[in-house]
Amino acid sequence: MLIRILFNRLPLLRDVRFWPIAGQAGLVLLLVGVGTLLGRNLTQNLHQAGIPIGFDFLSAPASFAIGEYLIPYSPSDSIAQALLVGLANTLRVTIIGIIFATLVGFMIGIARLSANPLLHQAATLYIEICRNTPLLLQLLFWYFVGFAQLPHIETQPSAIAGSYITNRGIAIPWFTLTSGSVTWLLLLSLGLLAGIGLRRFRQGDRPQWWVATIAIAILLAAVLTQTGPLAIDLPRISDTNQLEGGLQFSPEFTSLLVGLTLFIGSFIAEIVRAGIQSVPQGQWEAAQALGLKSPIALLTVIVPQALPAIVPPLTNQYLNLLKGTSLAIAIGYPDLYFVANTTFNRAGRAVETMLILIITYLSTNLSISLLMNAFNRSLQIHDR
Amino acid sequence: MLKKVTHLLRCKISRSSPLVAGAIVMLSGVMSCAAANQQQTSTAPSSPIRQLDRVKQRGQLICGTSGKVPGFSFVDPQGQYSGLDVDICRAVAVAVLNDSNKVEFRQLGATQRFTSIQTGSIDVISQMVTVTISRQAAVGVAFGPIVLYDGQGIMVKQRSGITDLASLSGKSICVQTGSTTELNLADQFRKRNIPYQPVVFESRDATFTAYEQGRCDAVTTDRSGLVAQRSKLANPTEHVIFADVLSKEPLAPGVKGGDHQWHSILTWTVNALIQAEEYGITSQNVDQIAASSQDPDVRRFLGVEGNIGDGLGLSHDFARRVIKQVGNYAEIYDRNLGADSPLQIERGPNQLWTKGGLLYSPPFR
Amino acid sequence: MSLDPPPLCRSPRWTQKLFDTPLNSLLSVVFLMAIVPGITAVLIWATTQAQWSVLAANVKLFLVGRYPVEWLWRLRIAVALLALVGGMAWGSVQRPQQPWQPLRNRSFLIGVAVAVGIAVMPMVLVAKLSLMLPILLVLLGDGLGRNLPLLRWLPLLGVVSGASLLWLIRGGLGLQQVATANWGGLLLTLFTAAVSLVLSFPLGVLLAFGRQSSLPVLRLTSTIYIEVLRGLPLIGVLFMALVMLPLLLPPDWTRPDPLIAATLGLAMTAAAYLAEVVRGGLQAIPRGQLEAARALGLHPVLTIALVLLPQALRLVLPALAGEAITLFKTTTLLSVFGFMELLGISSSVLANPDFIGRHAEVYLFIGAIYWAFCYLISRVSQSLENRLLDSR
Repeated sequence: MLIRILFNRLPLLRDVRFWPIAGQAGLVLLLVGVGTLLGRNLTQNLHQAGIPIGFDFLSAPASFAIGEYLIPYSPSDSIAQALLVGLANTLRVTIIGIIFATLVGFMIGIARLSANPLLHQAATLYIEICRNTPLLLQLLFWYFVGFAQLPHIETQPSAIAGSYITNRGIAIPWFTLTSGSVTWLLLLSLGLLAGIGLRRFRQGDRPQWWVATIAIAILLAAVLTQTGPLAIDLPRISDTNQLEGGLQFSPEFTSLLVGLTLFIGSFIAEIVRAGIQSVPQGQWEAAQALGLKSPIALLTVIVPQALPAIVPPLTNQYLNLLKGTSLAIAIGYPDLYFVANTTFNRAGRAVETMLILIITYLSTNLSISLLMNAFNRSLQIHDR
Repeated sequence: MLKKVTHLLRCKISRSSPLVAGAIVMLSGVMSCAAANQQQTSTAPSSPIRQLDRVKQRGQLICGTSGKVPGFSFVDPQGQYSGLDVDICRAVAVAVLNDSNKVEFRQLGATQRFTSIQTGSIDVISQMVTVTISRQAAVGVAFGPIVLYDGQGIMVKQRSGITDLASLSGKSICVQTGSTTELNLADQFRKRNIPYQPVVFESRDATFTAYEQGRCDAVTTDRSGLVAQRSKLANPTEHVIFADVLSKEPLAPGVKGGDHQWHSILTWTVNALIQAEEYGITSQNVDQIAASSQDPDVRRFLGVEGNIGDGLGLSHDFARRVIKQVGNYAEIYDRNLGADSPLQIERGPNQLWTKGGLLYSPPFR
Repeated sequence: MSLDPPPLCRSPRWTQKLFDTPLNSLLSVVFLMAIVPGITAVLIWATTQAQWSVLAANVKLFLVGRYPVEWLWRLRIAVALLALVGGMAWGSVQRPQQPWQPLRNRSFLIGVAVAVGIAVMPMVLVAKLSLMLPILLVLLGDGLGRNLPLLRWLPLLGVVSGASLLWLIRGGLGLQQVATANWGGLLLTLFTAAVSLVLSFPLGVLLAFGRQSSLPVLRLTSTIYIEVLRGLPLIGVLFMALVMLPLLLPPDWTRPDPLIAATLGLAMTAAAYLAEVVRGGLQAIPRGQLEAARALGLHPVLTIALVLLPQALRLVLPALAGEAITLFKTTTLLSVFGFMELLGISSSVLANPDFIGRHAEVYLFIGAIYWAFCYLISRVSQSLENRLLDSR
């Protein structure tokens, strides 16, 4: 192409093909030039301040404690491990947040279309308030106002349905493994496999043999282990006023989760409303003509058709939720950004840590997008 | 040929003038930037611009401080800063610019204080920073003399019945991130094998608010900081500070490493405050002593004779000006933390070496 | 739950709709049982337990932070100027359609009523005037805009008044300078939001065209920029702007003012989001428009400036307003970095021993401020949208 241009009889500057190439070459030069200049400045600045560059600091002991962790951690572990703990915390709040925000969003979005004026007005009010105030402010509100109102743990509040809701966190009953859990699991899966096998070979048989095999497995397991498959662990408040047992949620985690759920949920609600309204009126009428009640019509006819319009903007909200978790730093939840922030101070390596942060957030973003795109595609195939 | 090209160019320009004009503006901008940069770098390697010249040129000292802790660095609603940390900044401003008000205070969060000094965004950091080897070596802070010998303490509510470290087992402790106290806490409890629940915050205000609201059983920071923060709580008498001291917390101002002259200015300005107390020179009597003293040491110190400040790029009477405007160490301590302040913190180790303390200024000679 | 086949009819007698079916009645009862105690609790709290004095005592801090008291008159002039110019812009946009009939205009009457209301309220004269004057100036500007042919001059007016606002706030050129460290409260929030919005706009438009471009280098650069900045949490971008930017400058240069660095960070992020919105608008323009412009021999730059961009922006006006609202809300993140904007100054007020534990009052108050401005933006954009649709 370039050769054709150069040997063309047209004057170079008048050739329409010349300018785009020259412009782009200029842009590349400019970018490379600016890049090298900035890179040189960076190394010079770091050198002057006596800060080394490299990722060796990741293997140094972190020596700071982290309040809550999903993967094992102690201050003697490496900085890399601490960052992983942060990432796990981020993912934990992101995944649970996505589930709750979707539920809240769908419920409120549908409530906004409700014929019941109370419901409709309340949903509108909620959306107006949550969408038009900053997320950070909402988080601080839930943490410093919401949690402060809860009963103080020193007063030994009584359990509600086995759960404790105190200013030190929330604890709900949860399951723990018993000595027989492994046996139960083995026998149950055996029973299930046998049931599937029977069903395969003796199709159309009644009674349903697979029910029987599973029942036998349960009986066997109960007799053999003399315990249930899982024990229920009830939370309690100890004499030293600490929550013990059950599944516990710290105030930091809960505030972040509640704040993100309500904030993102309000945006999802608007997306859901728009999606439902985009379904042609005729679909409603057809469903009614078939005698479907409106909740059933909504769930089986309208929402499935609205989903293709809902999913792409929904993905954006999921990404916003992921990014919103970084505000955890204001209320003390040790997410990835917070842990990274602590390592800036600990090791003084802002550049490298920032690079790790960028890569982690971008790849997490990308995974969410890919998952949602796959989901979106499956919807469309289903549709046609 | 040339004519033809210029003609063509003119045609081109006249037809797409906005585009070309924009391009020319951008190009010339880039070129002038590059030229300016060239100019800068050509002088750079031989003699990097010294911080002192930069501050003098700016006419203002930029000082990083917390602005949140009474007695150390506190800003009232009118925007007036006061405290020990603040007075150190003012002393440097007097030494360099001869005006204790030519300071711009920047409130820095825990995470920014070191990055700001690394990048040169601030000239001096005076924010209750504990001197440690890694901060000097890995983070690149050059510390001045220690201005307060402190230790890490723990505060709990009186009615909690907690009295020592062992009874903190399994309890939650509020702590601010980025502090040495966060790291000491982890070390000390690991050493004693006491389990605890850290609740870590980015800002100091959040740390103490969470403690007061009952999120944590205890809160930890430097002991003098605890005393200062306790004075800000709703009922200060309901909170007790442990007698146990978890660690050494020597607090000092700092500058960015690599500029020897600027570091010396900070060092000797602080030393002058301590030396003045040793000589008994205060802001009240400094002029009188300068006029009447026959002691050659004192005369040299106050710049009446000799030229002690010259090597630092300061005037020879910088110590006298600093003391005149800010006062000596004892005055600064008493008005911010000691007898004349609401905090009433004993000087303890922060006495002069002549009175059994640790403060010791090398000679001004 | 019963659902309207949306959005056709909604009966005006809505009380009947509460109990029209058994399910609906149940829903209404349960809902009322849940919501009535909640509302009463909040009302009781607001009237008996809350100590609203924390707001009155710190109103100056909330509005302007630690801006020196002796220069407050400059801000008053700035507000007056803003009110007048804003009113004029509003009025001239409405002009060709609605001749100025103040007595028939609802907003005008409301404005007058509010001003009169303030005038009779028991307040200090200065406070009264500084509340009343801007309202009256908005009304005056509105009247001027409707009656004078100002529309053509609006861009010039905007630039001039923007420059004079900056001059009044910051000082210099004969006025005493006020360091940015002393700006705070609502002033700082509005300043950073407005400046970063203005800065992000041209960059966002350039990026949108860059991403649409047929030139691979330009397209790739724009795409990478947009995707990276949209993928990162803003708090990380701000950290980079405040901490890494100084590291990227030559060692001998003076370090940028942190406010400038932070505003740049906000603007760069906003530009990435804006670019996607504008791109959406560009993609929605019928291809015929571009072909028609080409057929007329219009220069590509002029095609963009006169044909594509105006149509694209008109199409995405609601989304643009959404981005402006987002940007306005995200200025709160500056408080994490020690800036004393509305949220930052409120945490500083809450740390004051006199006002400890007044979180609920303060957060509700500043929440209401944020809400009011976001509402204002969305209302203005809605009305502008209607106006543009009408004129098509």
